[in-house]
Amino acid sequence: MPDRRHPTYLAFLAHRLSGLALALFLPLHFWALGQALQGEAALEGFLRWTDHGLFKLAEWGLVVLLALHLAGGLRVMALEFLGWRARQKDMAALGAGFALAVGLLFLLNVG
Amino acid sequence: MDRLTVRIWRGDAAGGAFAAYEVAARENQTVLDVVSEIQREQEPALAYRFACRVGMCGSCAMEVNGRARWTCRTHVRRVARPGEALTLRPLPHLPVIRDLATDMAPFFDKWARAMGSFQPKDAPDGAVPEDFAVVPPGSKARREADAGIECIGCGVCHASCDVVAWNPDYLGPAALNRAWTLVNDVRDGAQAARLAAVSGDAGCHSCHSTQSCTERCPKGLDPSSAIAGLKRRLFWDALLGRRG
Repeated sequence: MPDRRHPTYLAFLAHRLSGLALALFLPLHFWALGQALQGEAALEGFLRWTDHGLFKLAEWGLVVLLALHLAGGLRVMALEFLGWRARQKDMAALGAGFALAVGLLFLLNVG
Repeated sequence: MDRLTVRIWRGDAAGGAFAAYEVAARENQTVLDVVSEIQREQEPALAYRFACRVGMCGSCAMEVNGRARWTCRTHVRRVARPGEALTLRPLPHLPVIRDLATDMAPFFDKWARAMGSFQPKDAPDGAVPEDFAVVPPGSKARREADAGIECIGCGVCHASCDVVAWNPDYLGPAALNRAWTLVNDVRDGAQAARLAAVSGDAGCHSCHSTQSCTERCPKGLDPSSAIAGLKRRLFWDALLGRRG
């Protein structure tokens, strides 16, 4: 197993895995939206179900994944389009910090 | 005196296995010192490669405890704690000739495929131009070209690149770094052909920017940014219709 322990590799992994997880979430997202086609009651029933604590936790995970993926994507685009070659490790750390902050902000607004 | 255990991969293209050796653990010894000691004192048939021993020639790279390194400038104490063994393998992603010696031909073939040789503008046949081009050392163009010029061709970046593992045809960080150096050379006249050569399926667009090449380059170069530069150049050329 080659040694890949360095921050920008971790940033790559976080970006790629969060992207895959978000892609897996998409069918669920569309299914939830599709409930509206069954009428207002069906959608409302589903939305009530989403008030459960466990669902909120999953929602928090989703928000963190989105923030991670956004920050990771912006970092790579800055590297590739703007040529920001310096301080890549700081940029990766900033991305992780951004995701954490967004996650905390979400938790503060729950309930 | 304390002893140092060294596990060395022995074999050839058909396969192989690790063999263990023991040498004296000295205060100051490089990984290459250790390999040389084993070859001279214990295992004369051990195949490995080195030339300059001072970090200039790029021929002694191996995988040391899971990480590709230039062994002549890698002190044992930097990579193994006291009592910890050294595990040496040939450089990954290249065919093994025997033991720690890899066939570097595919690596340098990629440099040729990426058009890594300078093509003077005013002498298309590769002849020496009549007059020297003046490129001020402080100019932006010169600094861009200088950024990647110190590559010694050791293959550490190529060995550390996951994309090379996934797609053996991928040109790899060193060849693309060389191409970017020449793209930034205002005296070079083969830009269109070179940009076409690095933009194929196995070219710069395959890079995932994991930056292992930049992280592992023993010369402190930044091939990852060079590849990003090629992508950027090709993007704008395609968008603005500058590509023929």
